[in-house]
Amino acid sequence: MPSANAPAPKAGRIARLLCLPATLWITVLSLVPLLLVAGISFMSRDDIGTLTLPLTLESYSRLLGFGPFGFEPLYPQIFLRTAIIALATTALSLALALPLAFAIRSLPGRWRGVALTLVVVPLWTNLVVRTYAWQLLLGPDSWLAAASASLGWLQPGEGLYPSLGAVLLGMVADYLPFVTLPLYASVERLDWTLVEAAADLGAKGWRLFRHGILPQIWPGLAAGTTLTFIPSLGQFLVPDLLGGGKTLLLGNVLQQQFGTSGDWPFGSAIAVVSLLLVGIASALQRLRKRA
Amino acid sequence: MIRPQKPWLLLAAAALFALLYAPIVVVVAQSFNGSGHGVSGTSLTLRWYGTLMQNEVAMRAVTNSLMLGASSTLLSTLLGTLLGLGLAGQAFPGRRWIESILHVPVILPDIVMAISILLLSHWVRKLTGLMELGMPTMILAHTTFQIPFVAMVVRARRSGMDPSWEEAARDLGATRSQLFRHITLPLLWPGILAGALLAFALSLDDFVVSFFTSGPGSTTLPILIHSSVRRGLTPEIHALSTLLIGSALLLTLAGARTRPQNAEK
Repeated sequence: MPSANAPAPKAGRIARLLCLPATLWITVLSLVPLLLVAGISFMSRDDIGTLTLPLTLESYSRLLGFGPFGFEPLYPQIFLRTAIIALATTALSLALALPLAFAIRSLPGRWRGVALTLVVVPLWTNLVVRTYAWQLLLGPDSWLAAASASLGWLQPGEGLYPSLGAVLLGMVADYLPFVTLPLYASVERLDWTLVEAAADLGAKGWRLFRHGILPQIWPGLAAGTTLTFIPSLGQFLVPDLLGGGKTLLLGNVLQQQFGTSGDWPFGSAIAVVSLLLVGIASALQRLRKRA
Repeated sequence: MIRPQKPWLLLAAAALFALLYAPIVVVVAQSFNGSGHGVSGTSLTLRWYGTLMQNEVAMRAVTNSLMLGASSTLLSTLLGTLLGLGLAGQAFPGRRWIESILHVPVILPDIVMAISILLLSHWVRKLTGLMELGMPTMILAHTTFQIPFVAMVVRARRSGMDPSWEEAARDLGATRSQLFRHITLPLLWPGILAGALLAFALSLDDFVVSFFTSGPGSTTLPILIHSSVRRGLTPEIHALSTLLIGSALLLTLAGARTRPQNAEK
């Protein structure tokens, strides 16, 4: 019988055994497939579309805009659009989460928990459902579209989607809870005596916010940025349902390559590049944290 | 202490809650709307729920979603619990390495994870003839993204356990298996349950990974709703979505119920 105070090496062996099955599972179904994606991104396709050798950088050069017919800015444009929309989504979500976090903080104690739960509950509703609901809310029959039409912003009978604005709205509504939670954690710990001190020294308005509050909620803002920016780079459902054909993002192009187009090397190259973007974003995040 | 309790702040918060809840409210309202199409209905009805029950395609999607959720949750709860237990104890060589592998499915954008498993299945199929796209590949994929979450919940529960119970049992001469069966497992149980509920909710909520790894005949609820959106919505889809919203809420509430117990024990 093993003694009560089992020596450390033995405990370590048991712990390692316990970790083994799940680690193997994730390695085989997550790391190996990623290597496969990286490998396929360098392969070519023959006339009927099957993967073959030789290894080539063609997919990557196409992504940079160097197609068979010379320079085409289509893909660099999509990259840029994806980055801009991801940035805009992040900035808007942060701007909206800020008043929300402060409002929740100003509630009496027991209501704060309720309000925070209410922020999270929509996340448990499937994104497909929440996104098509925006089609109903912004469509030609909706009162929002009717109101915009009567204000002269829209042609009567037209909807507010598909449009870039609808994509942004759908993405901001999706990511708002992800930003609000970490931001609230920072706002809750805010030391108001520092804000008071700044106010006593004559800071007002923006200066008060910039020097009294912003440095204190920085960690929450940074966490919210990561939680929004990274997933919005790979988003394809919201632009698919709310953007129409005009607002193609990286995620949509990726999906096409594995659906209708069947160009796996090109799709894999997009996946590798978006992973690199994610890696860069989180590396920057880590540097920030250390600084 | 100054606390900004300005009315405009609460007003802004109310508007933001409207932004978060408007989509949910409109779908639920439409599912009870007697006039079928258009937003301007007046009569309440349960008709769409009735026709939904007779819709074979929808019912098969419900069965598929439940089957996928149950099998992947079972697998991931087993693997994730073992992993959580292994990571909760003393550090050992290689633990940091395991921890970083554990993070891969969490930080991977879901679309990249989806296509990577799609490619794996293609490759394995080419080599062995096995791993046709369908329910089995979906179960493998879902289990992969569920494991880290189960492990995190179980690990937190294990680390927060009062060691004096186990010490007392050991002092009273309990064997290793007795100790695990009568002390560790009962104390760990709420954590395992919370992890399983979270895993099930994640599986039910997933669209992207299922979309890429499903085959003919393994359509789940989110995939069915997505393809209906493309073909034109019917009131039944609102009813189906409302059921999905309701079950997600129930799961979240059940998950929250397991937490107060944590504090007591």
